[in-house]
Formats: sequence, C-alpha cells, structure tokens
Amino acid sequence: MFQIRIHGRGGQGVVTAAELLSVAAFREDRHSQAFPSFGSERTGAPVVAFCRIDNRPIRLREPILAPDALIIQDPTLLHQVDVFGGLQPGGYILINTARTFADLGLAEFAQKFSAAHLCTVPATEIAMRHVGRPLPNASLLGGFAALTGRVSLESVAAAIGEKFPPKVAASNVAAATEAYEFVQRQLKKEAAGAETG
Amino acid sequence: MLKQVEGSAAVAEAIALCRPQVICAYPISPQTHIVEALGRRVDAGELAPCEFINVESEFAAMSVAIGASATGARAYTATASQGLLFMAEAVYNAAGLGLPIVMTVANRAIGAPINIWNDHTDALSQRDCGWLQLFAEDNQEALDLHIQAFRLAEELSLPVMVCMDGFILTHAYERVDMPTQAQVDSYLPPYEPRQVLDPADPVSIGAMVGPEAFMEVRYLAHAKQQQALELIPAWADEFRRVFGRPSGGLVHEYRTSDADVIVVALGSVLGTIKDTVDMMRDEGLKIGVLGITCFRPWPAAAVRNSLQQAKRVVVLEKSLAVGMGGIVGNNVSASFSGSPDRVHTVIAGLGGRSITRGSLRRVFEQALADSLEPLTFLDLDRALVDRVLERERVQRRSGPIAEGILKDLGVVAAKLG
Repeated sequence: MFQIRIHGRGGQGVVTAAELLSVAAFREDRHSQAFPSFGSERTGAPVVAFCRIDNRPIRLREPILAPDALIIQDPTLLHQVDVFGGLQPGGYILINTARTFADLGLAEFAQKFSAAHLCTVPATEIAMRHVGRPLPNASLLGGFAALTGRVSLESVAAAIGEKFPPKVAASNVAAATEAYEFVQRQLKKEAAGAETG
Repeated sequence: MLKQVEGSAAVAEAIALCRPQVICAYPISPQTHIVEALGRRVDAGELAPCEFINVESEFAAMSVAIGASATGARAYTATASQGLLFMAEAVYNAAGLGLPIVMTVANRAIGAPINIWNDHTDALSQRDCGWLQLFAEDNQEALDLHIQAFRLAEELSLPVMVCMDGFILTHAYERVDMPTQAQVDSYLPPYEPRQVLDPADPVSIGAMVGPEAFMEVRYLAHAKQQQALELIPAWADEFRRVFGRPSGGLVHEYRTSDADVIVVALGSVLGTIKDTVDMMRDEGLKIGVLGITCFRPWPAAAVRNSLQQAKRVVVLEKSLAVGMGGIVGNNVSASFSGSPDRVHTVIAGLGGRSITRGSLRRVFEQALADSLEPLTFLDLDRALVDRVLERERVQRRSGPIAEGILKDLGVVAAKLG
C-alpha cells in the first residue's frame, strides 16, 4: 500500500486533490481511497486530506500516520503543523514553492531522504498562469506523478476531466502538465548533479 | 459498473435506481451531499415523476415522508445527529404506522458539546423505535443496503434506517460496483402498499388505540421484527443472486472458526479491525471478528452461534449508554451463551476520535492475556479527565466542562466577543 498525505489550507483544493488522485489510481486498475480530515471547513485553516493506493481492496480507515509521500500545498504550514510527522524512510516530499529545500531551512532535514524523492514546484504560479486562480492542487498532482511515478500524467488528466467542466478541466490539465515537466527537469538536474558531484 | 466516487454520491445513485417517488430532507452534515445529489437529479428530471420536497426541519422531513408513504409513494429521507433527535416523535410514528420509509443516517455524534464528527450515538438512540437498522461496513455495502432496504421495508411494511459512518464513509472516495437499472428493477418491484390513503377507497390511518389493544399492536411490531430476522438473510441471498456479490444479511464472520477472542463491531471500523486481526493472525494469535450488519432486529441467535466457541468477546462500539456502559455490549451479553463476564466492552471513536490499529491491538492483546477490564474507553486521556475532576473538587464555580477541557488542552475554544 502506498499512502499519501496532503497538507494545505481551506480553499486550496486539498480534499479535491486527494479525491482526484484516488480517481487517477482507480483508472489504472488500482484500489484507492481518499478522505478528508473531517474538520469544519474554513478558508485558510490548515486542512489535511489522505489517499491510499493498493493492489487489493483497502479496508483501513485510520488517518495516515506514516505516509509514503507528502504533498504540501502551502509552505507557510511548515512551521505551524507537523507536516513531516511519520514520513517513512524513502518517502517522497513535494512542496508548493518557488524556493528550494535549502531556502526553506530544510537542508539538514532533507539529507535524511533520497534527493530524488524531494522536489519543490511553483504550483501556485503555474496555476495562476493556466487557471487564473491560486489553486495549486492540479499542478501538484502533475508534479506528484513526475516525482513518484505512482500514477501517470494521463490518469491525472483524465481524473481532472472527469471532475470538472471541459474549460476548467483543460486549464487544470495544462497546469498539471507544466508542473509534471517542471519536476521532470528538476529530477534530471538533480541526477546530473549527483553524477558530477 | 465500477466507479471511484464519494460514498454520498454512490448512495444517491443507488437511491435514484430505486425509483423513489418522494424525497424530503433537511440538510445536516454529514448527510448533506446525499440529498444535494438527489435534489440535482430530481431537478434535471432524471427521476420523474419523483418530487423533491424542501422542508423546514427534520421533524417536517419525517412528517412529509409519513404522509407520502401513506398515499402509496416510495419515500426516502436522510439525516444525522441532532436532526434524527429532532424528528424522533415522527420516527416512532413511521414505525408504529407501519410505513416503509427508507432513511439514511449518516452517523454523527450528538451534542452537547456540539460535534460534527462520527460516532453511533444518533442511530442507537433510536434503537427501540421499531425501525430496522442496518449498518454499512464500506461504501459498496452502503449502496447495496439501500437497495435491500426498500425491498425489506415494503415486504414487511416497516421503515428501515441504513446507517453509514458520517465523513468516514459519506465523504470517502472509494471503488464501488454500481448496479444497472435492470438489476435493481428485477430485485425491487414497484411498491404495493398494504395500506393506502386513496380518495376512491377512503380509509383512516392512525387510529387511537386504548388499553384494550395497544399491547397487541406493539406485540405485532415485535413479531414483525422477528419475521425480519428470517427475511433479511433471504433477501441478502436473493441480492447475491441478482447482483453477483454478497452484501447485507444479519452478521458477517471473519476468521472466527478457531478464535479464542472475537471482536464484535458495527460499521466502517470493521475494516481497521480486520487489518489489525490479520496482523495478529500472522503472529499466530487466535482472534476473529464478528460484524453486526443488522442491529435491529437484534440477531440474537446468529450472534450466539458465532460467539459460542470464543473464550473472550470484545465489543468495540462507537456509542455509550451514559451511566451504564456499552449499548451493543449489553445486547451481546444478553445473547452470548457463555458467562457474561467474558464479554468486554470497549468504547471507541466517540465524536470522531481516530481508531487506529495500534490502539486496537493493545486492547486485543489485553483480551488475549485475560487482563482487559469489563469496560474500557479506548485512548482516553485520563490526565485530562483528572484535571477537570480536581477543578470541580476544589472550586464550586468550576465553569463549563467543554470550555475548561479545551483550555487545559491548549485548544482555543470558540471566542465570543
């Protein structure tokens, strides 16, 4: 089972991101489960949503305490919420920011994980360009597909297409695609850096 | 057809396939997505001639459902928590009148303190009202039970409550196999009422009955529930034949055949319990699970039969009979053929408290080691409780408990001005 925890703020589409991810996995014949952290919905308040992906039916209903991957939709949460709590060794982290892990003061922390599993992506900026609103969720799912390979960009795009009317879907798919390519470039740079360094 | 959808959407689609004629509801979390989805379908003309009636309260919702059902319409509503309590008088009336209304209860705690999260206090508060009560383990079962509920309700002329865990199921996206209209039509024939308000053939429904026959009418309600104990497995078998999957029935056994300890529970927590039991089984520990799908009527014989070999029974329930202990636990004790002191009650998950494998494992290991107390509150923060008790001991005006406990926790309570 592969478990993803998504942190963000009310209004950023955190719950929708988990749902879309579950639909993308479903489209690849996987079993998946997405659920929110069930708080009262308030714009700006910290929100958590969860997604599990497995090859067999998922019965577990506890919140994800030991995630294999983290998507952080809002970097201002880093100092407010224990977003990294329980992250498994070998886990993935994708943060929505134009800055690097070092810029965020996470250089030391990042050393505990494989560099190829950590990435930042300016998802809000990408969303503003394509969607025209600061909704980073679709971009981050594109980035997640590139970072982890757990779902394909095509499945993410299909899930977006299933959820939204055509025009909204198209702009979100464009955002997801740009973020996917951005993360792929970052990972290539990282791999090249690792070889020369 | 396989789909990846929210539990509420799956249930709404199943209700739509059941061809309801009147849907009346008042919104309350976590039931709202179900009736919103149905409202959109009615509005789009997909369910014609179904009428969606917006009402001003839950009491009105059940009253409209009663009126609609009495005219021979297939009636549906949904509620949760305080909403169910607010309609309680009409809930009893629907059962007493023998009207086959189907209602979803998206299980949620009851205040005060106000809490929107899941437990089973709402549905279990109505356990003696004369409705059948079915509990879904996952979203597939939730949608399947609604289809069975209409069949059972109309066959017995009794209302049926389908209980699904609020948020945990209603707001979870997972895979469901959505039946076709043809399958549902072949399982659920058009409603043929036993009694109907028809201007062409007038009758009155709801006569006053005095001491001369009230007992007999109540006895008939009980006898009908006993009939339901036979019909429920039969209609579950029929369901399996038409839809190709097992769903519903009275109880589900899981790895119980050689189990020393059997855990009994209702609803979605069964999944987490089964995963915990699998881990313990891998280590050779003899533990199994009994899921109660049908809580009313209480399947005493099936429960007794499933538990008879167990040395210890752990009833894990999301409800509390304040001043007594467990509600499900008490029902189990009354049906268990062994010594009642071998039944342990664990109160868990009240007001949405997470129930984790780690915590479950701790109490299950205690049961295997014969060290589990008769009544346990899973993951209770004893220190937090003691602070309140101490405050009340030293200070007459100790203040409101909920606000005090949040202050102790360091959580900011709702600020008033």
